[in-house]
Amino acid sequence: MSPTTSAPIIDIEGLSLAYARDGRTNVILDKLDLAIPRGQFLVIVGESGVGKSTLLRVLIDLAKPSGGTVTVNVDPAIRTPMALVFQDARLLPWRRVLANVAFGLERLGMPKAERCARAEQMLSLVGLGDLGGRWPHQLSGGQRQRVALARALAVEPEVLLMDEPFSALDSFTREGLQDEVQRIQQKTAKTVLFVTHDIDEAVYLADRVVVLAGAPGRIAADVTIDQPRPRARRDAALVEAARQLRGELSRRSADL
Amino acid sequence: MIRLRATGLALVGLVAFLIVWEAAPRLDLVNPAFLPPPSTIPAALLKEIASGAWLVAVIESLSHYVIGLCVGAGAGMALGIVAGMFRSFENLTAWVVRLLRPIPGLAWVPFAIIWFGVEPRAAVFIIAIGVFWIVFFATQGAVRSVDRDLIEVAQAFGFRSPLARLAKIVLPAATPGILVGLRTALGQAWMAVVAAEIFGVPGIGSRMMQASSLLSTDIVVVYMLTMAALYGLFDTAFVALQGWLLRWRP
Ligand SMILES: Nc1ncnc2c1ncn2[C@@H]1O[C@H](COP(=O)(O)OP(=O)(O)OP(=O)(O)O)[C@@H](O)[C@H]1O
Ligand SMILES: [Mg+2]
Repeated sequence: MSPTTSAPIIDIEGLSLAYARDGRTNVILDKLDLAIPRGQFLVIVGESGVGKSTLLRVLIDLAKPSGGTVTVNVDPAIRTPMALVFQDARLLPWRRVLANVAFGLERLGMPKAERCARAEQMLSLVGLGDLGGRWPHQLSGGQRQRVALARALAVEPEVLLMDEPFSALDSFTREGLQDEVQRIQQKTAKTVLFVTHDIDEAVYLADRVVVLAGAPGRIAADVTIDQPRPRARRDAALVEAARQLRGELSRRSADL
Repeated sequence: MIRLRATGLALVGLVAFLIVWEAAPRLDLVNPAFLPPPSTIPAALLKEIASGAWLVAVIESLSHYVIGLCVGAGAGMALGIVAGMFRSFENLTAWVVRLLRPIPGLAWVPFAIIWFGVEPRAAVFIIAIGVFWIVFFATQGAVRSVDRDLIEVAQAFGFRSPLARLAKIVLPAATPGILVGLRTALGQAWMAVVAAEIFGVPGIGSRMMQASSLLSTDIVVVYMLTMAALYGLFDTAFVALQGWLLRWRP
């Protein structure tokens, strides 16, 4: 059966996750339901420790849920339905930039020349076309994050997962990269799950913002932001949406 | 400028050392038969080379050295990787390792001779044992301390089998630590070469023993210096290789 376009590309139902610690179980996520339509730019916000990274780790199979199901509706022929951009770029220091970008392609049985060509192309896409020959330690933090983004894009995932990818960067670099991600997402029409602490970043990028709150974490708010793109950072509607989300977040944490 | 000065001082030190060495037997402070002055060494070397003995001894020792090093380092790396990657294997071998590890390589000489005779294989065996433990522990430690975060990167990109993990992350990440162990082993193996050959396996060590029994101390010194030179050569080449392999480091 080929996936229908109307079905959500990711359908999370009753997802729970608990860690055993000191003989007690520590429930991080509790019966989470979330359906993500194809092509949506979904931003997840929430306090530190609420389980945002854990959710992404479950999706990409780095963590096993203790209950519930995750359905991913993609063509089974696609070997890398998802790719993850980590908060700290996590480039492999012994590979040059180009080889880092090509990393995920080495599993796909692609000839070397083609891998290089694809990696070059992705590097240009993130604006680092001429840095392919450098070692990771010769890059700035922002450049490293771009390489991590290119590495994730290179495998042509259906869903791009990004875990606070820009939180360690200065605001100037961060805004540049936000625009970059927005442009790439517009161009490739990929589904994006983007985790952030930054409410302004969330409303600027998102089609939809989901607030995770509480212990165990649940969805406390689910807000659609349907401002047309390209957006202006100081757009009144976005500022208003951010104000409401902040209110929501502080109300939720006051409740606990 | 500072480097030039350091080189100059090192040279002064060496010359002073040679002068003291030369003076001691000449001024009869020691018996020249027990300590030949350095000025006699070049002639002794030429004589030894001309007779063909030098080249034969060097080739024999080098072959013990290289084969022993490869066998010991290969086994040490292989088992070190398995022990570093799989906790169960480490646990399984923990007490065996504790039992065997403190036994010095030379304590294996009797068995080496019983098993292999006074043959090159005995020397290779003794060299390999000494090298094995050094490389094994260096590799195990390096593999165990590979950054978990980088292993997750491999997993996230679908490299999930132990072999893929090894090739893509563990081996390159552990290379610096493994190389440190290998360099130590490079020096240790020379000691083992001489020790093994002193028991009769043909090579530099046995040639030195022959010379000393004839009180040809100048020949003994020739081979001591030969070993120093060979070790220096190997170490320099290794450091160059290491620098190239680790050129990704800041
Ligand atoms: N391996 C683990 N074992 C036990 N507890 C864990 C483990 N990994 C994460 N946790 C706990 O799970 C909770 C959620 O962690 P997670 O990393 O998902 O938070 P987060 O929302 O991403 O936070 P941040 O915004 O600070 O990144 C935290 O309380 C953390 O302590
Ligand atoms: Mg996190």
